[in-house]
Amino acid sequence: MPKGKNILTTDIVKHVATLAKLDLSAGELKSFQDQLSSILHLVEQVSKVETTNVEPTSQVTGMENVMREDEAGVSLPQDEVLRNAPRKHKGYFVVDAIFED
Amino acid sequence: MLPENIKVILWWTQFLRISMLLEKSIKELASGLKEKKFSSEDLVRECYENIEKLNPVLNVFVTLRDKDEVIKEAREKDKKTPVNSLLYGLPFVIKDSYNTKGIRTTASSKVLETYIPPYNATVYQKLLDAGAILIGKTNMDAWGHGASSENTDFGPVRNPWDNSRVAGGSSGGNAAAIAARMAVFGIGEDTGGSIRNPSGWCNITGLKVTYGRVSRYGCIAYVSSFDTVGPMARTAEDCAIILQVTAGKDPLDATSSPEEVPDYGSRLNGDIKGMTIGMPKECYGEGVDNEIKSLIYKAAEQYAKLGVEIKEISMPMLEYGVPVYYLIGTSETSSNLARYDGIRYGNGRNKFTSETMRRIMLGTYALSAGYYDAYYKKAQQGRTLFIKEYAKAFTQCDAILMPIEPMPATKLGELIGDPVKNMLADIFTCQTPVGIPSLAVPVGFTKSNLPVGMQLLGNMFSEPLLLKLGYFYQKVTDWHKKSNL
Repeated sequence: MPKGKNILTTDIVKHVATLAKLDLSAGELKSFQDQLSSILHLVEQVSKVETTNVEPTSQVTGMENVMREDEAGVSLPQDEVLRNAPRKHKGYFVVDAIFED
Repeated sequence: MLPENIKVILWWTQFLRISMLLEKSIKELASGLKEKKFSSEDLVRECYENIEKLNPVLNVFVTLRDKDEVIKEAREKDKKTPVNSLLYGLPFVIKDSYNTKGIRTTASSKVLETYIPPYNATVYQKLLDAGAILIGKTNMDAWGHGASSENTDFGPVRNPWDNSRVAGGSSGGNAAAIAARMAVFGIGEDTGGSIRNPSGWCNITGLKVTYGRVSRYGCIAYVSSFDTVGPMARTAEDCAIILQVTAGKDPLDATSSPEEVPDYGSRLNGDIKGMTIGMPKECYGEGVDNEIKSLIYKAAEQYAKLGVEIKEISMPMLEYGVPVYYLIGTSETSSNLARYDGIRYGNGRNKFTSETMRRIMLGTYALSAGYYDAYYKKAQQGRTLFIKEYAKAFTQCDAILMPIEPMPATKLGELIGDPVKNMLADIFTCQTPVGIPSLAVPVGFTKSNLPVGMQLLGNMFSEPLLLKLGYFYQKVTDWHKKSNL
């Protein structure tokens, strides 16, 4: 890739970080912009592959719709499930409010 | 007088090395335990001796179990009537990507620094049921993201053959532990070379199984449609014995295969005469270390002596291996790692390493509106073409012989400091989108005494064939017996 020419703009990197819920410092933003651009430059070779009328493959097991009987099984007790939570309240996980008034 | 003394010391050192129990195969260990020639406690003590001596430098473990607790467990095993398994009473290690009830499981990331799983991964449960004894959880590249076990929040794993070099990754802790005789065997995880790469760089044998052969339940996901759970051990025969215990359909993993589990042990026997091994010319060109090439050619000559036909084949699609693997891989990992929100367990997303953040961001980008068709979908179409490319190759040969890595174990800092180089380290191991199995086998050493491995690839569910090829090679060579202790 020619030096100083990034495929990704700062705005795209910021947008992707927001989608991925990652907080980037100004320094990280710049280094990710450079590094991700070099990586993209490499993976973009895939565009040279002739794929007209080629079906995409998402898994290789050859199986589909693997079902089981809809029966209740044994579950973990509530205190076990909550054991690793950093914040809990009366048997619930505590989350930050997402609605504002 | 002095020369005599030295002779005695040399003899004694030699004797001790030969007498080390951990130099024995699983079969020999199982029969020795049965005949009470030694105990499971002896084995466990020997593991901890090596751990105490070598782990301060190698940094194999994220969580090492308390020695007294493990010895107690071994003593109880020694007293009880053993269950009918060759793994009964044998100490093992497991990559820290597997959930182990009550034992911290981190995937080598600070995000899960304090996570204590409330349940067991199926593979771990099967080994416990067989009577195997866990020594510890091994260090790795966080979330499987890497080829050097440097992308870890617990310090890099060092190579037992040269401490200034990496052990390989992502299952580097496992490979170093087995090479340094800290356990009889290990369970690794291979998504794009993570079992084979460190096996090659540490001189052990490792099997990347067919996708779906072993349950992934309880394994922390990297790329759900590539991830496989495989054995890492000293020999192909040992790997066959371990796979016998771990393989099979699991109702808890819908992608685990209903394909019948063959008797891997008995399938090692017979003959390999008349088989054909293909060597893709694209794997032996520029950019591959000359010593590696010549050691693999020698291995091919060895097979020729055993009556196997060696054939040059061509696989032009291999050039696109890394882009296809990497685009699908990062897309799936961006989705898999979205669950780490620090609400139900673990720390927040600010604890991811740069390497992991890069992979999440690339995947998010490849899946996002406007880029999906050009990257993710295009790679999934490429995946279809790769499956065809391998199917075509297997019409010309029974197995494919490739290098594992283009270079021997890298110096610390070499891969982690260069994201693109780190990515290209997967060049020969990134056929995981195809789902086929591959066995890594030691084939010798470079002039500077660094181990080199080869990989043998076969069709879906061809583990018996690959293990047999490995077994026959190891009957006539002794690279796999060498250690740096």
